[in-house]
Amino acid sequence: MAVADPGFDLALAKLTPERIEQVINSVLSQAVAERMKLFLKTCVHCGLCADACHTYLSRNRDPDFAPVAKVRDTLGVMLKKKGRVSPEFMKNAARVAFIECGGCRRCSMYCPFGIDIATMIMTIRRICSLLGMVPQFIQDTTNSHSATSNQMWVQPDDWIDTVMWQEEDAQLEVAGLRIPLDKEGAEVMYSVIAPEPKVMAQLIANIAVLMTVAKVDWTMPSADGWDNSNMAMFSGDLEIMGRIEREHWERALELRVGKMVMGECGHAYRGAVYDGPKWLGWQGPPLPMVHAVELYYDLLREGRIEITDKLTEPVTIQDPCNIVRGRGLHEKLRYVVHALCDNVVEMDPKFEHNYCCAAGGGIINCGAPWKMARLKSIKIKATQLKKTGASLCITPCHNCHHGVVDIIGHYHIDMRTSFLIELIVKQMKIPEGLGV
Amino acid sequence: MSTMVNFVSGPLVWIALVTFVVGTVVRIVLMIRTIKLDKTVLPAMTVKHSLRSIFFWTLPYGSRSMRTRPFFSGLSYLFHLCLLALPLTVMGHAVLWQQAWGIRWWSLPSGVADVMTAVVIFAGGIFLLRRIMSPEVRNVNTWRDYVILVIVLLPFVTGFIAYHQWLDYRTIIILHMVSGAVWLMAIPFTWLQHMFMFFFSRAYMGSEFGAVRNARDW
Amino acid sequence: MTERETERETGREKWNWDVGSRNVADLGKLRAAYTDVHELTVSADGERVAAPVVAEDGSFRVAVNGEVWETELEKAWHLKFTPDDRLTALVRVDDMWTVAVEGELWEQRYPFAWNTKFSADGRTIAVQIKAGMEYSLCINDKPWDRNFLSIRNYALSDDGRRAAALVQVVELVTADTETFAEGTWSVAVDSETWDEKFIGVWAPVISPDGEHVAVQTRTERFAYTIALDGAPWESRYGCVWEPGFRPRGEGLLAPVRTGASWSLAEDGEPLWKTPYVQLWYVRFSPAGERVAAVVATDFGRWTVAVDDRPWGCTFGDVVMAPVFSTDGKRVAAAVRHEGRWTVAVDGEPWSHWFDTVWDPVVGAGRGPVLAKVKNQGAYGLAVDGRVGAQRYEHLWDPTFSPDGDKVLIRGVQSGKYIRRVVLTEELG
Ligand code: HEM
Ligand code: HEM
Ligand code: SF4
Ligand code: SF4
Repeated sequence: MAVADPGFDLALAKLTPERIEQVINSVLSQAVAERMKLFLKTCVHCGLCADACHTYLSRNRDPDFAPVAKVRDTLGVMLKKKGRVSPEFMKNAARVAFIECGGCRRCSMYCPFGIDIATMIMTIRRICSLLGMVPQFIQDTTNSHSATSNQMWVQPDDWIDTVMWQEEDAQLEVAGLRIPLDKEGAEVMYSVIAPEPKVMAQLIANIAVLMTVAKVDWTMPSADGWDNSNMAMFSGDLEIMGRIEREHWERALELRVGKMVMGECGHAYRGAVYDGPKWLGWQGPPLPMVHAVELYYDLLREGRIEITDKLTEPVTIQDPCNIVRGRGLHEKLRYVVHALCDNVVEMDPKFEHNYCCAAGGGIINCGAPWKMARLKSIKIKATQLKKTGASLCITPCHNCHHGVVDIIGHYHIDMRTSFLIELIVKQMKIPEGLGV
Repeated sequence: MSTMVNFVSGPLVWIALVTFVVGTVVRIVLMIRTIKLDKTVLPAMTVKHSLRSIFFWTLPYGSRSMRTRPFFSGLSYLFHLCLLALPLTVMGHAVLWQQAWGIRWWSLPSGVADVMTAVVIFAGGIFLLRRIMSPEVRNVNTWRDYVILVIVLLPFVTGFIAYHQWLDYRTIIILHMVSGAVWLMAIPFTWLQHMFMFFFSRAYMGSEFGAVRNARDW
Repeated sequence: MTERETERETGREKWNWDVGSRNVADLGKLRAAYTDVHELTVSADGERVAAPVVAEDGSFRVAVNGEVWETELEKAWHLKFTPDDRLTALVRVDDMWTVAVEGELWEQRYPFAWNTKFSADGRTIAVQIKAGMEYSLCINDKPWDRNFLSIRNYALSDDGRRAAALVQVVELVTADTETFAEGTWSVAVDSETWDEKFIGVWAPVISPDGEHVAVQTRTERFAYTIALDGAPWESRYGCVWEPGFRPRGEGLLAPVRTGASWSLAEDGEPLWKTPYVQLWYVRFSPAGERVAAVVATDFGRWTVAVDDRPWGCTFGDVVMAPVFSTDGKRVAAAVRHEGRWTVAVDGEPWSHWFDTVWDPVVGAGRGPVLAKVKNQGAYGLAVDGRVGAQRYEHLWDPTFSPDGDKVLIRGVQSGKYIRRVVLTEELG
């Protein structure tokens, strides 16, 4: 368990008990924390939430990984001791909060009282963040958000250049294809996460193909705000979280687009629809926001795209927490997948009850030092995947995608992963007029 | 001894009832105040999703969580049913109600009440065992939790003994009344407050899932 | 805002204000002649419409009123008219980027150039550039004499003499969170950097007289403030948003967050008293005596506050930046509530709501408030909330004549770009 993370170890050296006490008490006196205390008073210590958590199930039912135990060992102790805890204690609390809970909210569906464990864990992350006790890699990502507003230190020219380059590339497949930048009054503003221009640029070309074929009036912003990911939300840096969500929405509002469409990413969706607006004072997003799954669903339903090839191999579906438990998109997701695949083998359990991938919630962004811990904590997903016998797992979320890739690698499962858009552009009919 | 009986069946009952009612009201008022501190909570709550969540979580086997452990859920359901029904409908209580306030009350046939009491005690025993045996539960339980469970069960155990006239009836009745009073008073001050918090926390989560996130929480 | 404002100041009296409608360019012809015609841009005086056009071989040109620039380009985008109505474009030739002004390319060429900005009179044109692996600004075809590790954004003074950029001054290796926390960003004014380094800097603004530069800064991980000419205010806040200089005089205002609420500060001291759930988009009346801002009076309740007095009505979705009338007497803003947009003027929303509404144009006196609106895909001009019979496939913001008696409308109808001047009293 002794993983060296400079983010923790440097903070450990600097922290004093006084500072810890002060920060904990200032956070715990705030409104959110008051609500958390109510929850703690309601908890009957029945342990029913244990079976809900993939970390508990994956770690041979180690009782310390039960959601209620994680909260007791962190927030519970802080409250009991009124913030008088040691730096070592904080280090362990940070490990639990950043690595052993991704805030997937599954446990809240198994606790008979719906106790909000995930929000409590996020409260601990906030405390850790104020104390500077944050895993180095996710802190670096947050720093990138602070400096560049995107997640991966992408320079402003790199973004525009990549979009143009993908536009040119995709024009080789579809005639007259455009990625209109900064188009005022467009029906849709499409937004991506920084790993797309950085390492998966093909996904931008793919969406351009789809938008062109489906004749969607769309645009992307050339200025900062194009990245919808938000690791600050997970690292506990709420000020930066709010700042980048504001910038993100500002782009859409300035252009007066009809709605925002979010690429296949779950946490980004969450940040733009819930956490960001809430911190900024909006009750919901200021403009309608849909996830890519909803866009695909609408386009298929309205017959704006036609799938001509269907996969026959056994295919399974990972339900991303933030768009299924967090948005109820599982039925639409099924509709899209069934349009693309003939042989769908469901995971058990599925829909809102599916297990998290253990990459989301910022965990994968805590980087290499924690990879083994993360993979250990997600054995249950490996078992679940194996049982489907599928050769392809559809992952309509960047975190799930990476998470599942790591799982099938580590547990030697004979399976590939794919975003929906990759299948759609391959299996979609390109109308006569658009062929090259 | 009779002053003792007078006290526990008179003033103590009052003290217990008043503590229970006032304690509960104060708890609820404080909770609503706390919730209002965070301006984002109430606007996000809807009656529809609150009731939906409460419905599925009070319906027997209404949630997947319950279905994954049929025995425990069934037992808990019976436990609560009996536990809530008994104090109001036990014949012995009805007699007392009538003596004190002249209220006529419907009461359970004593045989049925007796079986229900046995169910509560049995279920409580299983719960106690589970708390001790199950690692994930034991891990988060302290002496407080065991004491609370004992507090919950004592009136049923003593009532049961009294009904069957085992042991010294007077002593047992006094014990019963004292434990009954403790039972009532413990509710607002321990996790037994889940009795009313259940409805609020479910309403909150039901709205968070349903109204805000368009998903089911059961 | 400054751009919109200045757009209207520049030489408006010299424009053609003869009442009538003129067909300036037939876009259909252009579409027939080229494989693709990209987004249109029109000049402030409405006399010219421009668009990048793509020929069959994939080469780009810029078309203005149907005529194309001679230069063949590999790419052209981001067409913008300067306030003095010169057409600029970002263009690529021989795999290098530069600025084209009225078809003339700058001599300087770069691996990348973007984010064009103009001075108020339009005589100064600036862009961000990538030079080698470093970043700088190029102003009127002259690069700054210094490059930086990165430049995130910049501002140009109204007179065009000065430029201020957000610059990265300390190199960071991957995941070096410690160095980052010590401050790696600063501000370069005319390529000279401030001594102070910050964790973060955002949205530079230059005072109207061009003398002062202010930015939002992050001085510690959880402490923010405003820095003026390199010196941070003494007060620290939980967060801040973009500052604004009073149009006349010295005052520097900024929204600041203390605890969980926002208020408005001037020169580091509290200015407004009311705590708001949110406060941003601070705007001044032209003479500078009145201040308006978008505020949330409660969670999810948005409105405009003028001198710390919020309007009586609030809106659920969003309130856009307030717009003062030219005489500073009225304030209007585009608002969205329950999925529909309209304009609210001095706290009164129009009675009609639309799919989309752009920022209102507010003249002096009691004249009407105008806004470009969109309903079911068609654009129209709303006059005090009512849309006349004319529908457009495309529309740009309307402009009042200097005396306010006439309005210039620039729009596309039946595939033709039309310039129309109407009497204000006959609108609607
Ligand atoms: C505090 C005031 C209370 C008084 C004065 C009181 C009194 C009595 C009396 C006189 C009996 C009848 C015994 C018999 O049949 O001979 C009885 C039975 C019983 N009481 Fe209470 N009680 C009190 C509180 C409670 C509470 C709080 C509970 C439950 C939570 C409770 C549960 C029972 C049960 C279950 C029985 C019936 C046992 C059986 O039939 O097997 N009592 N009580
Ligand atoms: C309407 C009122 C009540 C509701 C909705 C309710 C609901 C629940 C729920 C959902 C649980 C969680 C675990 C399970 O299913 O066993 C629970 C546990 C429990 N409740 Fe209640 N309850 C209520 C009233 C009470 C009262 C009045 C008492 C006793 C004073 C009580 C005693 C207990 C105990 C002892 C447990 C723990 C069971 C264990 O050890 O797992 N409940 N209750
Ligand atoms: S990882 Fe998910 S199930 Fe486990 S404690 Fe966190 S929120 Fe609950
Ligand atoms: S299921 Fe809920 S009440 Fe039971 S221990 Fe877990 S958090 Fe507490």
